[in-house]
Amino acid sequence: MSHIKVKIKEKDLNTIKQICKSFNNEPKELINVLHKTQEHFGYLPAEIQEVVAQELNVPVAKVYGVVTFYSFFTMLPKGKHPVSICTGTACYVRGADNVLQEFKRQLGIEVGETTEDGEFSLSCLRCVGACGLAPVVLVGDKTYGRVAPDGVKAIIDEYKK
Amino acid sequence: MEKVKLTIDNKQIEVEKGTTIYKAAKQLGIDIPVLCYMNLEDLGIENKPGGCRICVVEVEGRKNLAPSCSTEVWDGMVVNTHSMRVINARRTVMEFILSDHPKDCLTCAKSGNCELQDMAVKLGIREVPGQEYAEMSEYKIDFSPSLIRDLDKCIMCRRCEMMCNEFQTVGALSAFNRGFEAAVGPAFEMDIEYSPCTYCGQCVAVCPTGALTEKDHTRDVINALADPTKTVVVQTAPAVRAALGEEFGLEAGTRVTGEMVAALRRLGFDYVFDTDFAADLTIMEEGTELLDRLTKHLNGDKEVKLPILTSCCPAWVSFFEHNFPEMMDVPSSARSPQQMFGSIAKTYFADKIEVKREDLVVVSIMPCLAKKYEAQRDEFKVDGNPDVDFSISTRELAHLIKEANLDLKTLPKEEFDTPLGESTGAGVIFGATGGVIEAATRTAYELHTGKKLEDIDFKQLRGLEGIRKATVDFEGTPINIGIAHGLGNARKLLEDIKAGKSEFHAIEIMSCPGGCIGGGGQPLHHSDSGILKARMKAIYEEDADKPIRKSHDNPYIIKLYEEFLGKPMSEKAHHLLHTCYFDKSRKVEIS
Repeated sequence: MSHIKVKIKEKDLNTIKQICKSFNNEPKELINVLHKTQEHFGYLPAEIQEVVAQELNVPVAKVYGVVTFYSFFTMLPKGKHPVSICTGTACYVRGADNVLQEFKRQLGIEVGETTEDGEFSLSCLRCVGACGLAPVVLVGDKTYGRVAPDGVKAIIDEYKK
Repeated sequence: MEKVKLTIDNKQIEVEKGTTIYKAAKQLGIDIPVLCYMNLEDLGIENKPGGCRICVVEVEGRKNLAPSCSTEVWDGMVVNTHSMRVINARRTVMEFILSDHPKDCLTCAKSGNCELQDMAVKLGIREVPGQEYAEMSEYKIDFSPSLIRDLDKCIMCRRCEMMCNEFQTVGALSAFNRGFEAAVGPAFEMDIEYSPCTYCGQCVAVCPTGALTEKDHTRDVINALADPTKTVVVQTAPAVRAALGEEFGLEAGTRVTGEMVAALRRLGFDYVFDTDFAADLTIMEEGTELLDRLTKHLNGDKEVKLPILTSCCPAWVSFFEHNFPEMMDVPSSARSPQQMFGSIAKTYFADKIEVKREDLVVVSIMPCLAKKYEAQRDEFKVDGNPDVDFSISTRELAHLIKEANLDLKTLPKEEFDTPLGESTGAGVIFGATGGVIEAATRTAYELHTGKKLEDIDFKQLRGLEGIRKATVDFEGTPINIGIAHGLGNARKLLEDIKAGKSEFHAIEIMSCPGGCIGGGGQPLHHSDSGILKARMKAIYEEDADKPIRKSHDNPYIIKLYEEFLGKPMSEKAHHLLHTCYFDKSRKVEIS
């Protein structure tokens, strides 16, 4: 077996290098670097993780470990309108799971997936600090409170072309 | 050191401040059960994630139960290790761990030697309530040339991750995912083959379950032995004889060389040979290479690469191929003893007994899992036929012996066959850290000075410290020797060489703790470093008992050069006994 090649576009490579450099290529800054990188690219595919690992001099296995541990990070490109459903304790007991099932049914995707047209993606998160509004749904930056399954369609329609 | 007094299970004890409850209890003879915790004392290897919660105890005045492995004692602390609350919590923790663990114990490769199974027995688990709610993970099993990973059996103790990252600094493994899906493996769940794994096998050596096991070749060996058209020869690595007895209930450190030879003969091997012979051969080649580079250096040659690094350890070879590709001309080009043996067996010996290469099967018994990978490397094959057909571990040999209804303890002591079974004490000590360089020093000294060594025990080269340094006086020429075991320690020495700061002429590197005696294919030490020390002692005893203790005095080695190879580093020796290395680093390329 010869060496392993990781292919990436020059522009993207330079962007990642710059982000890492802005954190002094400090291994302890891995999470911050990943935040910035995801902010730029929208997601963290394998080749991007490889470059981050090399720049910060940490094993790529470790980078992958962090990416898969925190639900904020994603290896799949998110939709134009990322839908996040809070399944934290308060939202969960107020019926977040039923809301989630309704989103899955209406969009035809599972958690972590993106619709074929690239418009919507679905994810779960834990507590946005708005428990008084439980169950809470976020679409992009907009927050929806006290969402019931029968209100799901109206939310989706807001974003349909 | 400040002392604190505490009470554990109504017994009083005074210990040093900073001691954990677990260690304090141990001093009182109270064995608190642990699962993720692991400690190889003397080697500075400790896994203390405090994750599994099996070791919880009740501390008076503390609300929740305390993980004893990672909670430090305080003055006046009162601990109960087996109150009703503790026992119930411990059982619940165990039931949770078992809830999503596969229940195929009967056919699991780890059955009978599994710490999780032992814990279930110890805690008297008879049912696993709630398992219908557990989600079983469904990872595909990863078969590599050396090890098998079955991540559904991972309990997230993270011992393997600690060995791979902290001790070895290889970084092939990391914890990933969460909840029922949580496991430890390479990035992107890729096969280990595509990771920077060196196949050192230390992850297998510490795994408490069947998640990490070796690729088993015992069926292949049995098939070869049963095939009347094949002549099957076996070679046994030095460290095997110092550990095999443990699998048969003998005390650690019991030498079973003769009994092992008898067992191999009864298993049906046509010739029972010794890797120690090839270790002597390695010294002839590597020692000559060392002297050659040294003489050039002393004569003012600025091009010559010093220090020279040993190349016997296949995991170490993979390590520098992955991590230091720019330094591939630094290690010796000598093949490992396993491969030298295979090469000589399939040429010199095959000719002698008039057997065709393809009808000769070479089996190696190794304390190592990386040897399995090494044996199938392309450069060690001739027209697709490998120099070493099958490499099996000490543990696999024990299985073969038991399956053949043999009891090692009651077998007579027998001698190895000649010519490839004759070895010196120098060959034996290859099994312990510092042994290769001591063996090389014995030979290089005599060849360089032309004088006979008075005292051949270079005790300054022995021990368990991770990095050791010594200077040996070659009659006015001081030779600086470095020794490292564990790839993390090796990395430190390599960084120094890279920076031009190395003071050494020669460095020995072994990947495993204690050298091959602590290899990934040895009987499991279950985190008892006393076992490694006992094996090391056995290795040096075996050396002291040998009538010949310097490789260049081995009469069969002398004969091999006379009849076949010419002299060390000859063209023929180069072709059969040396190798080259390959860049395996990860490179980012512009697409």
